[in-house]
Amino acid sequence: MAQAKTWIEPHSGGIYVKPADLWIDPSRPVERAAVTHGHADHARSGHGAVFATPETLAIMALRYGVDTEASHNQAFVYGDGFERGGVRFSFHPAGHVLGSAQILMEYAGERIVVTGDYKRRPDPTCAPFEVVPCDIFVTEATFGLPVFRHPPTSGEIAKLIGAVRAEPDRSVLVGAYALGKAQRVIAELRGAGWDAPIFIHGALDRMCALYAMHGVDLGELRLVSEADKGEMAGQIVLAPPSALNDRWSRRLPDPVTAMASGWMRVRQRARQRMVELPLVISDHADWDELTTTIAEVNPAESWITHGSEDGLLRWCELTQRKARALHLVGRDLEEEA
Amino acid sequence: MKRFAALIDRLVYTRSRNSKLALIVDYLRHTPDPDRGWAIAALTESLDFPAVKAGTVRALLATRIDEQLFRLSRHFVGDTAETAALLWPDAAGPKADLGVTEAVEALSAATRSDAPAILAALLDRLDADGRYALLKLALGGMRVGVSARLAKQAFAQAFAVPVDDVEELWHAIPPPYAPLFAWGEGRAPRPDLADVAFFRPFMLAHPLEEESIDLADYAAEWKWDGIRVQIVRGGSETRIYSRGGEEISGAFPELVAAFDQDAVIDGELLVRGDVQGGEAASFNALQQRLGRKTVSKKMLADYPAFVRVYDLLAVDGNDLRALPWTDRRRQLEAFVPRLADSHFDLSQVIDATDFDDLAERRAGARDAAIEGVMLKRRDAPYVAGRRAGLWYKWKRDPLVADCVMMYAQRGNGRRASFYSDYTFGCWSDAGELLPVGKAYSGFTDEELKWLDTFVRDNTLNRFGPVREVEKTLVLEVAFDSIHASKRHKSGLAMRFPRISRIRRDKPAEEADRIATLRAMVT
Repeated sequence: MAQAKTWIEPHSGGIYVKPADLWIDPSRPVERAAVTHGHADHARSGHGAVFATPETLAIMALRYGVDTEASHNQAFVYGDGFERGGVRFSFHPAGHVLGSAQILMEYAGERIVVTGDYKRRPDPTCAPFEVVPCDIFVTEATFGLPVFRHPPTSGEIAKLIGAVRAEPDRSVLVGAYALGKAQRVIAELRGAGWDAPIFIHGALDRMCALYAMHGVDLGELRLVSEADKGEMAGQIVLAPPSALNDRWSRRLPDPVTAMASGWMRVRQRARQRMVELPLVISDHADWDELTTTIAEVNPAESWITHGSEDGLLRWCELTQRKARALHLVGRDLEEEA
Repeated sequence: MKRFAALIDRLVYTRSRNSKLALIVDYLRHTPDPDRGWAIAALTESLDFPAVKAGTVRALLATRIDEQLFRLSRHFVGDTAETAALLWPDAAGPKADLGVTEAVEALSAATRSDAPAILAALLDRLDADGRYALLKLALGGMRVGVSARLAKQAFAQAFAVPVDDVEELWHAIPPPYAPLFAWGEGRAPRPDLADVAFFRPFMLAHPLEEESIDLADYAAEWKWDGIRVQIVRGGSETRIYSRGGEEISGAFPELVAAFDQDAVIDGELLVRGDVQGGEAASFNALQQRLGRKTVSKKMLADYPAFVRVYDLLAVDGNDLRALPWTDRRRQLEAFVPRLADSHFDLSQVIDATDFDDLAERRAGARDAAIEGVMLKRRDAPYVAGRRAGLWYKWKRDPLVADCVMMYAQRGNGRRASFYSDYTFGCWSDAGELLPVGKAYSGFTDEELKWLDTFVRDNTLNRFGPVREVEKTLVLEVAFDSIHASKRHKSGLAMRFPRISRIRRDKPAEEADRIATLRAMVT
């Protein structure tokens, strides 16, 4: 068996796969990049060639102007992949957002999985996480502390619907990250039987349309900019978190400010964001999901990155698992958690 | 606990004062005694369970979760009670709801040895929100933005009674305030306070912002750097209250014994010293006596306390608070000789000829116990709280030094995600940077964001929650005074240091030297 440390190099700006001369989720433009998913801290513009799932490529085209038609950019469905420099790359569902993938690399008898971001609980907008056995498991750790235990999503959605019904003269404005969280909240609301039109901020429009094009049914969506103030009373409005306390929200009828994020589990965090209705809905694995996943994958070694590395590292130590922390830069995009 | 937990939760997320008021009013009207009394006492930090402290909770958690994971979580969350509430494993099976009163009784009965077991049994009966409410009730530090004043206003509004009456009765009746609720609901007459040594809310001062003030309208006194106290004799009992209405009689038994007159005084508690000809030692000396439940003979001898009296609120059964300052002052001057001069003296009025003369004397005051000047309107009655135009405090200009940021630590509560506590240092003769203090205030929210980014981008080392930073950033630090201290390697300790400016323009080598600071020691 090869020694992983000789062929894969964690750098502060991404993970470099030496024999393939390729980077995974690089933070700077490179010649060849394999990308796990479309969030800005993983997907950037300006790479020579991009390898990703079709959905991720479509998202990168929408957000960063990546040319999906160009022959050097290649799309691979889940389970599929390519070979380069003797390394076999393949993409496997991560359950984080539409198109999100774990990247499996096989080289000289050794298997390494880079998860990107992931979660384990059901999400109507994307394929569920698959456990991929490997020798080295490079896992995220956004919520790598045992205080983070996300409650069942159905309860949070019920809380949201309850809040709208309690005050029919007001709208409930939910801050939700534009890629993934917003569409998931909408799909969960539809699943819970909320069939009224949902009003959205203009910044969510194109991504919602992209999800719909990929077969995710979001029901009737209407733009806040094209609605009368009065008709949004007793209704749900979605906007990116940055718009919550912005002048933009003045066009809504006396909005109750909500936010859908795993950080909402901590009261003072919610207070910092001036949130009145915190909704603990996250696209990242919580503590139990992270630890369960490491136990199920059961790698020879875990590499822990972006988030609370220290907490997960300590858990590995306590359970006698080999682990190390990678300190990658630019991976603290808290908004989408 | 469910209703109380829901109240706390809503208060945490409610921003407007009026909405908070409405939530408390509703709770007080619809919750039975004694639950509501205990709840309001908890909200206003009026409960204390000596056997249950943050250390008790930490030790208890250590039996259920790895200590390092607890510590990491605590640093992230920024609050011990919330961390413990989130980490405590949910007990299996159905839970009988735990009443607020039942919880208070259990916690009150706890001793140091059985407190962990009692607390564990209570926690097992609650969900995460309930655990949070229970731990907040047990430990204090609610951080829900409810001041004692707001709670009193809610009470007044809930039962349509005058807020001034509530204010006065509040401190005379202990939680759970059953006679207060009975009076509020018209089931009983207003409680009689004749024989109670109760606390009268202090009259407070605004900082002086006017350019000048006419001394014909205002009397000037020195502002002493001690702690504000009220000494009350009622019935046959003497009590000493600190500024927040907290009783501190136990820490100053000699003053309790010496105050033998039927009166209520307002004054500054100081420790006698021989500093610079003045009668009072610096605040540093007084600190030795603070926060003690009991005091040793040696303490009494080494740090003798006395009170410099500046107001008389009641004497021989007469309430003087409605009288103008001039009349109260006259009665005060006649009254002070009735007290033992070993423990009480009169705060003198400064006989400045005009405002310029006063400004000159203020600038020249070098007594360590003088913090500045107080200006009191001569025709003003003694009223609770801070009223515009009646009393002003005019502090001495702070001292400043240019220091270099050395370490940063995450804050608490709302600042848990920010590096907001900074340790800074000055240069020794050997050219070494030595810490001289720590500050966590003085900057705006914008500056805090900038400082936080600076820390993250310039981290040299991580020690748990603390980061060592590149020694490149100069902070101008303002402080009220500086003292010799054995605690720090620099041998110095600042009083009330705060960041006054971020000196991005100044190279670190040009920050001040320890020797410069030593020259400022009082």
